[in-house]
Amino acid sequence: MVSPGMSDELSGQVAIVTGAASGIGAATASLLAGAGATVIAADLQEAKGGSGRFVAHDVASEDSWKALLEDVLAREGRLDIMVNNAGISGGSGTIETTTVESWQHVQAVNSEGVFLGCKYAIQGMKKTGPAKPASRGSIVNISSIAGLVGGAGPTAYTASKGAVRLLSKSVALYCAEQKYDIRCNSVHPGGVDTAIFNPLWQAVGHEQGKAFIGSRHPIGRMSEPSELGEVVLFLASERSSFVTGAEFTADGGITAGLMRRSLLAPS
Amino acid sequence: MPRLDGKVVLLSGGASGIGAATARLVVREGGKAMLADRDEAKGRALAAELGGDAADFVPLDVVQEPSWQAAVAATTRRFGALHGLLNAAGVGVRNTIEDCTLAEYRRVNDINSLGTFLGCKSAIGAMKDSGGGSIVNISSVLGLRGAAYAMAYCASKGAVRTLTKNVALHCAQMKYNIRCNSVHPGYIDTPMIAPRLEQNAGNMTGRQALEDLHPLGRLGRPEEVAAMILFLLSDESTFSTGSEFVCDGGLTA
Repeated sequence: MVSPGMSDELSGQVAIVTGAASGIGAATASLLAGAGATVIAADLQEAKGGSGRFVAHDVASEDSWKALLEDVLAREGRLDIMVNNAGISGGSGTIETTTVESWQHVQAVNSEGVFLGCKYAIQGMKKTGPAKPASRGSIVNISSIAGLVGGAGPTAYTASKGAVRLLSKSVALYCAEQKYDIRCNSVHPGGVDTAIFNPLWQAVGHEQGKAFIGSRHPIGRMSEPSELGEVVLFLASERSSFVTGAEFTADGGITAGLMRRSLLAPS
Repeated sequence: MPRLDGKVVLLSGGASGIGAATARLVVREGGKAMLADRDEAKGRALAAELGGDAADFVPLDVVQEPSWQAAVAATTRRFGALHGLLNAAGVGVRNTIEDCTLAEYRRVNDINSLGTFLGCKSAIGAMKDSGGGSIVNISSVLGLRGAAYAMAYCASKGAVRTLTKNVALHCAQMKYNIRCNSVHPGYIDTPMIAPRLEQNAGNMTGRQALEDLHPLGRLGRPEEVAAMILFLLSDESTFSTGSEFVCDGGLTA
């Protein structure tokens, strides 16, 4: 059997993945590369053995975005897929303990970073050279179940992911209206085994923490980053050509039913 | 018995639009209204009209935490408690993913989203001391659905929508007896959309174009949103928290 991820459905296409050094970003970069895409792995720091061409990049800096797009258009000559994955939890602040400084830091990375990613991706996708086939762009923004429900993350994080959810719809509608042939969707992961849970891993150990978070999901476990990467691959590919402005939840059923308590609250 | 008998409500954006309409209703239903706004002249005039026993004014810049802390302190000093908070201050700005600058994105999100966050954060302590309360955050139909020409506004109202649920669950878990809900108005005839009403769209006036969006065929009135807010501020809604209340003439149906 041929795994869909090993096909060449993305051959000739250029993809940027932010936060590509770890977690969902690393898994996505690997799957997109496996499907034939040329991947630019953007992150603050390079990962050992990561997929794609590494570019040092800070999603919260507009200058960094300008430099990244200039570099990709000069080197790869086009942009077809933008995966706005980089994000931070910003600690565990509640409505009572979150400081303005921490709020603004989380919004700068999670909300402003995705805003800038969409804005510069559209510029890049429109600039594809005349000798090359036009880009049929796809932008995939990683929100969270915290962008859907209130008990799945810290306060500033929850607000930032709610912003990404609606921002994605505005971008989708705008691009549709302008006939840019650029789609934009949001992905809403539940608990994924990534570095965003490092504080929990450090507190109770990786296996125990994983089991604890997993037990809060109807499916009984956390997801692996590759399971989210597969969702992103579908949205990046032409297989999803009629899909735009939509929300894709991959959360082991956690938002399907009744969440009796916050995801991270002690049992 | 009046529906808000003796309840003290702090209203951001209380000098105009939905905030002002709610302040009138709060006072009519036996509550005390502390109007908080940047527009001091308008706010003081409305407070005077509503009567010194039932209403007062405090200047508020929603993006400044000390300003919020001062507004909450002024409310409890003046009326002895805090039972209700309405986060109605906000800006409506037209922009798209292509023409919005980072500075503008941040400005809209700061006023609408950071401002609501700071309101909730600053009020919880005083509400706890008052035995509990109700927070109402004004999101929008554009916190539920996207719009191509309101990119930053959509993001900010989407943030308010999930922030509200986070606050509701935190307060429930901590057993504070504080509820928190979001209200999602359609296009309401307020100063916020006044510029839109003047801009002609094709052969329609701006007003007709906006009216046409709503299945009810008209704009909402501030009093209609205020009625929903009053329900949420009152003890008629004591089992509602973390929920979305839509008041949009059928727009999202």
